[in-house]
Amino acid sequence: MALFEARDLDCRRGGRDVFAGLSFSLAAGGALLLTGANGTGKSSLLRLMAGLLQPVGGAILWDDESIAEEPAAHAGRLHYLGHLEAVKPVLSAAENLRFWAALRGHSADIGAALEHFSLAALAEVPGRLLSAGQRRRLALARLLASPAELWLLDEPSVGLDHASVGKLAEAIAQHRAGGGRVVVATHTALDLPDAQPLALDDLPPPPLPELIW
Amino acid sequence: MKGFLLIVGRDLRLALRQSADAWLAVLFFVLTGALFPFGIGPDASLLKVIAPGIIWVVALLAVLLSLERLFLADYEDGSLEQLLLSPLPLELAILGKVLAHWLTTGLPLIAAAPVLAVLFNMDMAGLGTLLLAMLLGTPVLSLIGAIGAALTLGARRGGVLIPLLVLPLYIPALIFGVGATDSALAGLSARPDLLLLGAVLLVMLVVTPLAGAAALRQALE
Repeated sequence: MALFEARDLDCRRGGRDVFAGLSFSLAAGGALLLTGANGTGKSSLLRLMAGLLQPVGGAILWDDESIAEEPAAHAGRLHYLGHLEAVKPVLSAAENLRFWAALRGHSADIGAALEHFSLAALAEVPGRLLSAGQRRRLALARLLASPAELWLLDEPSVGLDHASVGKLAEAIAQHRAGGGRVVVATHTALDLPDAQPLALDDLPPPPLPELIW
Repeated sequence: MKGFLLIVGRDLRLALRQSADAWLAVLFFVLTGALFPFGIGPDASLLKVIAPGIIWVVALLAVLLSLERLFLADYEDGSLEQLLLSPLPLELAILGKVLAHWLTTGLPLIAAAPVLAVLFNMDMAGLGTLLLAMLLGTPVLSLIGAIGAALTLGARRGGVLIPLLVLPLYIPALIFGVGATDSALAGLSARPDLLLLGAVLLVMLVVTPLAGAAALRQALE
């Protein structure tokens, strides 16, 4: 079974080391829970995993092959949900969702995905009239509208009500039961049974070498 | 191919639902063109001579006006990172967006060009060549502009930088576009200019997806 892993990862943003020497491995059905204070690199790590960022050292591997070798194949197997929802204000909720599902080759049925996040009644409402939480739910519905083996979720529960957080945990559990993997960065309690914790606080970058003028 | 058409369809739908943007370019084109006779004076024979040049320069500025929104909205609402992570190659996605931009900006300008030609009392013998040259030239404007729009993403007030980057690169299209119409008006063959314009179009069809994709990846780092 393919393994998703990182070896000795170093990340640098804007000339500043964010973390160094990070390693993890995630088997099918597994969950990785990223914790750490603001600015410890949770979002950067998720962007590295998605292939949006390149590490300065180390490698991220899928089935022993670096994801940088085959970026298109890697993109095809993952869902990335960042801070932005990618919801167009002039398109209806259903049109927004249908576009992203169709782009990944799944134009069949978005009804179930809308239904799961209680958006069925809002399907024809344009994106600009959705509340922040509703837009978030629409972004989450993308996860269900087209299948992907790996979910990368950056603060998925921001702005969600209690019921929706439960629905999210349910969707993640179903995804894992089917052999999917998930990486979640979150500050709020999210029900993730036997998730591996990865605390980024424990991986401070090496101190900057003293400047020699 | 299906993904490419999806992008074109989505961008056309977005443009039609917020049609003010598309109208803006056309109205700018006609109104700015109509200002020249006031500035230059009502000398019909002079206006007749400078008509092709003015129509081209004004079309170029109208396209410039619409470039900023090409990638900016997608960048700001996160659609661009989702596009980058979709199975569709980013190069094709860019071509799709440029095609939609041309259909909603370049094509309306071509449709409005005869209005300006009449206003300037241009010799109608040259109108066909003018429109043909614009048909080859306005996609070039969209293609080159897309590189500028992609490069300035993420820069603060990047929209102000686009003209500085893009205008110098528009010069070849301007020269060949006006040259074709002038030749036709002088009774010469417009073929060499049109062929050169077509060559520029083919080159940009290759360069824009590659350069644009590199710029967008950089912007999303």
